[in-house]
Amino acid sequence: MAAQNATTEPSSKAPIMEMKNITLRFGGVTAIENISFDIREGEVRAIIGPNGAGKSSMLNVINGFYHPQEGEIWFRGAQRQSSRPHEIAKQGVARTFQNIALFKGMSTLDNIMSGRLNKMNSNMLAQAVWWGPARNEEIRHREAVEKVIDFLEIQHIRKTPVGRLPYGLQKRVELGRALAAEPKMLLLDEPMAGMNVEEKEDMSRFILDVNNEFGTTIVLIEHDMSVVMDISDRVVVLDYGKKIGDGNPDEVRSDQAVIDAYLGVSHDD
Amino acid sequence: MADLATFPRLLHDRAQRFGSRPAMREKYLGIWQTWSWSEMNQHVRSFASGLAELGFKRGDRLVIIGDNRPRLYWGMAAAQCLGGVPVPTYQDAVASEVSYVVEHAGATFVLVENQEQTDKLLEVQEGFPSLQHIIHDDNRGLRDYDSAGVIALDKVIGFGEEKNKLDPNFLDSEIAKGSGDDAGIMLYTSGTTGKPKGVVLTHDNLMFAAKACVEIDNLDEKDSVLAYLPMAWVGDNVFSFAQAIWCGYCVNCPEGPETVQADMREIGPTYYFAPPRVFEGLLTNVTIRMEDAASIKQKLYKYFMGIASEIGGRLLDGESVGAGDRIKYWIGNVLVYAPLKDALGLGRVRTAYTAGEAIGPELFQFYRSIGVNLKQVYGQTEATVYVTVQPNGQVRADTVGIPVPGVELKIDDTGEVLYRGEGVFHSYYKNPESTASTKDTEGWVSTGDAGFMTDDGHLRIIDRVKDVGKFNSGKLFAPKYIENKLKFFSHVKEAVVFGADRDTAMAFIDMDIEAVGNWAERNNISYSSFQELAANEQVYRMVKESIEQVNEGLIEDPLMSHSQVHRFLILPKQLDADDGELTRTQKVRRAHIAEKYASLIDALYNGDKNHFVDLEVKYEDGRIGSVTGTLALEEAQVYEPSYTADKVA
Repeated sequence: MAAQNATTEPSSKAPIMEMKNITLRFGGVTAIENISFDIREGEVRAIIGPNGAGKSSMLNVINGFYHPQEGEIWFRGAQRQSSRPHEIAKQGVARTFQNIALFKGMSTLDNIMSGRLNKMNSNMLAQAVWWGPARNEEIRHREAVEKVIDFLEIQHIRKTPVGRLPYGLQKRVELGRALAAEPKMLLLDEPMAGMNVEEKEDMSRFILDVNNEFGTTIVLIEHDMSVVMDISDRVVVLDYGKKIGDGNPDEVRSDQAVIDAYLGVSHDD
Repeated sequence: MADLATFPRLLHDRAQRFGSRPAMREKYLGIWQTWSWSEMNQHVRSFASGLAELGFKRGDRLVIIGDNRPRLYWGMAAAQCLGGVPVPTYQDAVASEVSYVVEHAGATFVLVENQEQTDKLLEVQEGFPSLQHIIHDDNRGLRDYDSAGVIALDKVIGFGEEKNKLDPNFLDSEIAKGSGDDAGIMLYTSGTTGKPKGVVLTHDNLMFAAKACVEIDNLDEKDSVLAYLPMAWVGDNVFSFAQAIWCGYCVNCPEGPETVQADMREIGPTYYFAPPRVFEGLLTNVTIRMEDAASIKQKLYKYFMGIASEIGGRLLDGESVGAGDRIKYWIGNVLVYAPLKDALGLGRVRTAYTAGEAIGPELFQFYRSIGVNLKQVYGQTEATVYVTVQPNGQVRADTVGIPVPGVELKIDDTGEVLYRGEGVFHSYYKNPESTASTKDTEGWVSTGDAGFMTDDGHLRIIDRVKDVGKFNSGKLFAPKYIENKLKFFSHVKEAVVFGADRDTAMAFIDMDIEAVGNWAERNNISYSSFQELAANEQVYRMVKESIEQVNEGLIEDPLMSHSQVHRFLILPKQLDADDGELTRTQKVRRAHIAEKYASLIDALYNGDKNHFVDLEVKYEDGRIGSVTGTLALEEAQVYEPSYTADKVA
């Protein structure tokens, strides 16, 4: 695939984020237990594991929604203090959700525009009357949004309310909203869930293009193994809240612990 | 550059004559960008010199693959400046089809739109060391490609600007070397049979077609068109390139294939061209939306469409219409027709053409009745589009008009239509046998269509010569005629009728998923796949009713009454060019379908109630899957002709 032509090897890059000995508990349940791994700048990093392995919890830790009881998170060279999700978002982390979380009654354009919110400065009143600096600001942001629309090839649904769109397109709009924030790091929670083969291929291509074109670091949770192995640079494997594997797709694929836990034990007669 | 024998010279002249008038527009980032004639000419000149800098020589061929983009059109003109031949190719062709064209054309240069097309060519490049340069318009995803020969168009244009500065006379001397009988373009015919053939058209051929629009329709620089049909199709070359340069009208490129409808509404072209399937698609949309509309709107629509069908066509033809009718039509126009035309983007159309294949009479009349001056043109790639065309005021659904000035027609003993004239192609590239068998020594070209001249000098086409067959009873079987009637129903996308050398006619129905899907939604019918919906009993009933309506109509035509469809089935997958069932121009490949679905045809004729099928499906990326299941085969009611003349025997 195209991204493999990339001249810069992600492995040579410095980590953008490091997770050190993270433990996350909900009451008596330990969702994540003493997990460490890093995410390098510009790579596609997949987190895989069976249901209940702690993948989504880990994503929520990364974007600051959950606060782990133990461990340290280092992002772009600084240790993260306990912060709120919108602050993390301002630092350049955007995400999509497992169950689509768009404004169903709003158009594709407006939904993606909402991804620019963190970058807007003018106050609500000025925006409402569309006057002076607010007007110039909107035009500037609209241009950025149009670039995202062009990038994701969704011009034809620009003005369509997203609730009326098929599932695969809604997923694409959600990716668009995340991209509109011009993130350094993009978190994708099961971007291909419920898609057919063609939609999956489109989505894979867009993810690789984002990575390739903007150099965005991508962290992705996905169940479809063939997709994960195809597009990821490195994969971390979780099972029951513990890390059981970490490496490039080939290493993970041949790791016995991973095979047993997740990919299934083969039964040769 | 006094004589305007070639397009580069013509373009140079138009750049002076029309200067700052718009030549092309393209919608980008939601805004229409405009290039004037002089700007376009500058870009073409830089592009051409850039090509020369890369080693493009006289006679070289430039394969062009992509959607309608201004810079791809400029590529055509740029190649022509250097005496080269542009070869536009279907953008949805799979890699093997592209490789055939590249190999056959012996192309050293390819101009592509984007990464998708670049990947296709890289896939085939290994086999052709002669293919040296892949120039891409859009840079997205291609920055890190390090394959030899892949180069951004921006760079090529940059080279050209440099060269033109250093050597300002180079390009003019190249352009001056061209002459009218040089090859101007090469187009691969989609080929309903066999391998595609490369039709070589000269600048003279293209000039003939370019001038025709002025002679017939008085187009000028104030007109505008939407360039949305494949560049590989001769029609697009003539309407979006040759005629545009001749008349100086503006060519508008939509954002993408899916936004054509919206973009058309914004642009409001005055000159419009579409194959029947596009008109069918538009009407299907209208029908779907009317079914969703409030009942008062439905009633209004129904009432005024009734009036339109009586009066609209006559008004267009300039016949005398009573004052009362005129008032009714005027009210209808205010309430229904004008808003409808506006919604379809046809509000400003002065002349619209349909061509490519026969159009159903009902469909044709629908557009004329609401005041769209839709006319038929009959032609083919080998004729540079024009053989016959309908002049204003002489438009009828069942004929295709009179010969274009400069074209002669004749019908041979077998009923086949032949023509000769200025538009007749130069040759099939590297295929003298086919050239000789198509074009005789006197210049007559066989069309492969069966037809006859009516008393008033209009040509009427019956069907393809090879498709017209006979029933066992010896009576005429013309499948296209029945299929077009079936396709008028919005839920029928395509129909394939069989009956040659059989006793009765049978039909395959290809369901229109958009129309039927919408209908299912309104009626709370759930389905998870095309196949499941296609097998739905109510869908079958709906199709059955449509077929019976067609049958009922057929009994009124003594020539056709025996062609009623006796049994039918709904296909579990859409007919698709990737599976070889349609040509790239979306025409049904009858022989291929008959072969592929032979067991289903037999089952229809054996009277089986159902039949198990296992069909191969090719995905866009070339992988192969399958559709399996049991299909229901249904009866349709046939009717006794009302006349009894030949029942005695």
